[in-house]
Amino acid sequence: MTIRSNVAWGTGLALCVGTLLRPSDAAAHLVTTGMGPVYDGIGHLLLTPEDLVPVLALALFAGLRGATQGRRAMFLLPVAWLAGGLLGLRVTAAPVFPVPALSFLILGALLAADVQLPANGVAAVAVVLGLVHGVLNGAALRQGAGGFGLLGIMAALFVLLALASAFVVSLERPWTRIAVRVAGSWIAASGLLLLGWAFRG
Amino acid sequence: MSFSRKAAYSFAVPLLVALALAAMPHPAIAHVEQGQATGFLTGLKHPWSGLDHVLAMIAVGLWGAQLGNPALWLLPVTFPMMMSLGAVMGLIGMGLPGVEVGIALSSLLLGGMVMGEVRPKLAVAVLLVGFFAVFHGHAHGTELPPGQSGLLYSMGFVIATGCLHGMGIGIGLVHRWPAGRLALRGAGAFIAGMGLFFLARALT
Repeated sequence: MTIRSNVAWGTGLALCVGTLLRPSDAAAHLVTTGMGPVYDGIGHLLLTPEDLVPVLALALFAGLRGATQGRRAMFLLPVAWLAGGLLGLRVTAAPVFPVPALSFLILGALLAADVQLPANGVAAVAVVLGLVHGVLNGAALRQGAGGFGLLGIMAALFVLLALASAFVVSLERPWTRIAVRVAGSWIAASGLLLLGWAFRG
Repeated sequence: MSFSRKAAYSFAVPLLVALALAAMPHPAIAHVEQGQATGFLTGLKHPWSGLDHVLAMIAVGLWGAQLGNPALWLLPVTFPMMMSLGAVMGLIGMGLPGVEVGIALSSLLLGGMVMGEVRPKLAVAVLLVGFFAVFHGHAHGTELPPGQSGLLYSMGFVIATGCLHGMGIGIGLVHRWPAGRLALRGAGAFIAGMGLFFLARALT
């Protein structure tokens, strides 16, 4: 990976995070399990399709790109999510754009097209996804599970990514990889529809 | 011919995974808002609500099964994507003239393709399927009852559409036998005939 492409990725990342977030009221979106904040965090991730589906799409995409990429995403996404979440616990942030719709669309499209990103491409996507969704999660968890909730989310992310990307890495027959890509096209199509709802005229 | 069976699995597996995932959010546990799971079910039911939609989507699967790889999976990938685009056009208020005629024509032409076992270039087949998918999306992608989750409705809608294609591909597996090929062409003739009926209804 050249310095220029690193700069390009960095700029893109900063732009994404910068444009998607702006100071405003947070929309709370909480899950209460009754078993403490860590479980609330795990429950939040597993029961919120807006977060869960993009994460699964990333896991499948990283898996398609190979074990190394999967491993990087597995470690980077939870860390970026935590960083974003800690930020979100402190600043009020609400997205200008419908973040889940864009995440669905972009990650679904990457997965469906099986895009050959540059060497650190998957890692960069994981970091952007983690930061953006992390900030939103942090803002939502402020009135509930808080920092321990973020820890729960981190753990759930790690396990999900490890399982899903390892599953895809283990797929050898061509049709099984196509099946994963078909799932990506469905995610992208759902994202496109969701974008339509957001900009409904 | 073992590929066809594998291909059927290739749709069944993501379908089951997606269904399991999408079914996870339970309104009582997940959110304070109501109607989340109903949104998913409404979306899931919607593509089945009209015979004109059902037949066209099954025809896409049948045609894919006749054409074999890669049309087998490219056509059913194209349809939901372009259908979503059509739905977005409807949602942002962009008009599309002759929606009902377009839907009727889709049954007629796609049925005709299956009937004649027509083998155009891949790009032509994808364009044809994608073009008609826009009409289907425009007509039915936008009917979300108030208070239900747009996300889960969208996912249900796309999954049900994929499921219909999967049914078409599943039926299309009979293509391996000579009698099955004939039966498929017969099914195509039926769909084309129904398309003619829909067209007559749309034009009167």
